[in-house]
Amino acid sequence: MFKNNYLILGMTFLLLIACIVFIGSTAIAQERLVLATTTSTENSGLLDVLIPPFEEKFNTRVDVVSVGTGKAISLAENGDADIILVHAKDAENEFVEAGFGVNRRDVMYNDFIILGPTSDPAGVKGMENASKAFSKIAKTNSSFVSRGDDSGTNKKELSIWASADIEPSGNWYIETGQGMGASLNVANEKEAYILADRGTYLAYSSDLDIEILVEGDSQLFNPYGIIPVNPAYHNHVNYQMAMAFVGYITSQQGQKIISEYTAYGKVLFHPSAIKLKNLK
Amino acid sequence: MDYILSALKDAINLILSLDPEVSNVVGTSLKLSLTSTFLAALFGIPLGIIVSKIDFKGKYFLNTVLNTLLSLPTVVLGLFVYSIISRRGVLGEWGLLFTIRGIIIGQVLLIIPIVVALVRNAIHDIDEKMYKTAMSLGATDSQKFRLLISEARYGIIGALITSFGRVIGEVGVSMMIGGNIKGFTRTITTAIAMETNKGRFGFALALGIILLSISFIINFILYFFQSGESK
Repeated sequence: MFKNNYLILGMTFLLLIACIVFIGSTAIAQERLVLATTTSTENSGLLDVLIPPFEEKFNTRVDVVSVGTGKAISLAENGDADIILVHAKDAENEFVEAGFGVNRRDVMYNDFIILGPTSDPAGVKGMENASKAFSKIAKTNSSFVSRGDDSGTNKKELSIWASADIEPSGNWYIETGQGMGASLNVANEKEAYILADRGTYLAYSSDLDIEILVEGDSQLFNPYGIIPVNPAYHNHVNYQMAMAFVGYITSQQGQKIISEYTAYGKVLFHPSAIKLKNLK
Repeated sequence: MDYILSALKDAINLILSLDPEVSNVVGTSLKLSLTSTFLAALFGIPLGIIVSKIDFKGKYFLNTVLNTLLSLPTVVLGLFVYSIISRRGVLGEWGLLFTIRGIIIGQVLLIIPIVVALVRNAIHDIDEKMYKTAMSLGATDSQKFRLLISEARYGIIGALITSFGRVIGEVGVSMMIGGNIKGFTRTITTAIAMETNKGRFGFALALGIILLSISFIINFILYFFQSGESK
């Protein structure tokens, strides 16, 4: 039976490792807060400096799940997250009105920008009105890349089309169904226009030929809100810890971390829970 | 070309510097894929023997279903498991979503069909005469079981290697069920997906190189077990 020994040895070895890791993985018994947020927030790196002081103070673990705004909201509706940090004001209001969330607070804002090829075939460079710029792009049938993934950026883009009274369709309108980064690359390859959040654009800017053409319109304002899941609707959620996190992120300490955070040499987010002049 | 060269450099630096985040991600991936492969073997090997050696009604149908499941996309399986373990799902109260255990459930379901189908094939390939001789000599059930295992051992190890490779390289289940939570459920593959999204292509490629290296080492060890006995 010597032949069999190697196999048995191998199997026992595997069994041993598996048992050890399985026991190891159950040993953690720390309190846990599941935060569903958008990819733009996590990719910016802000949460890596914002969350650790909270975890330490409250002896808890914040598990960040980063998905598109649409998916973050549906995770919360299903009770699979304790709290959400997203950017789509209308969808957030619907979420609260339907009774899924309570105590929404403003946290911070940044802005969207319209990018396009340097040749600028639609001639939108320097325009101050986003809907007018969109109309011009549509009228000249210039290629435009849309996320098409129900993310906060996609919702914003659709609302700008709606305000320009245009239903975008045709060969020039390219829906990628992918994240911001992948979509920026598509726009770059196709020399197309695209709406992007400033943070992701900065992360990619060294690899991109398309440039900022329109910025600064109030319509391009991008506010982030935080909403705990309603414990009356999903009674298993960690509501107490969620409210503690809301308290922390809107406190002097939390807002200060947001205002001081820079990436790629630029400030990415501006706190909005406390007025800048009151920030100590 | 630049990407590949700088990725190779990044990969070597990351391994040599024992970057804590990278070792954490690598540890999670190994933990998950070893546990899932082990559990799938525990259920899959006996099932494979049953499917190949015992005749029952609907066997033809079952075999077809098994072969179909081999082409199951990980995202579809991820969605299916999500719908069951979400708080609104049947097992919602167990709180398995976004945990290591949740991912293991998904991965085991992903590779059980592979283990069963490949073990079934391995046993089909055994010399039928030997098994019949053992039966005629009055072998007990446990003796028959051991005979099958020892005769089909190459095929069985092959099934486990294939399964391990499938789980360590899959991203759909880990992403949907695990949620790519930093320091907890982030695996090599979900980290690659995220870094690509961030535009850090070099770093993502470096992680890919690390994944392949780990897979190489594990296969090297298993191959040693396989060939060690024939020498």
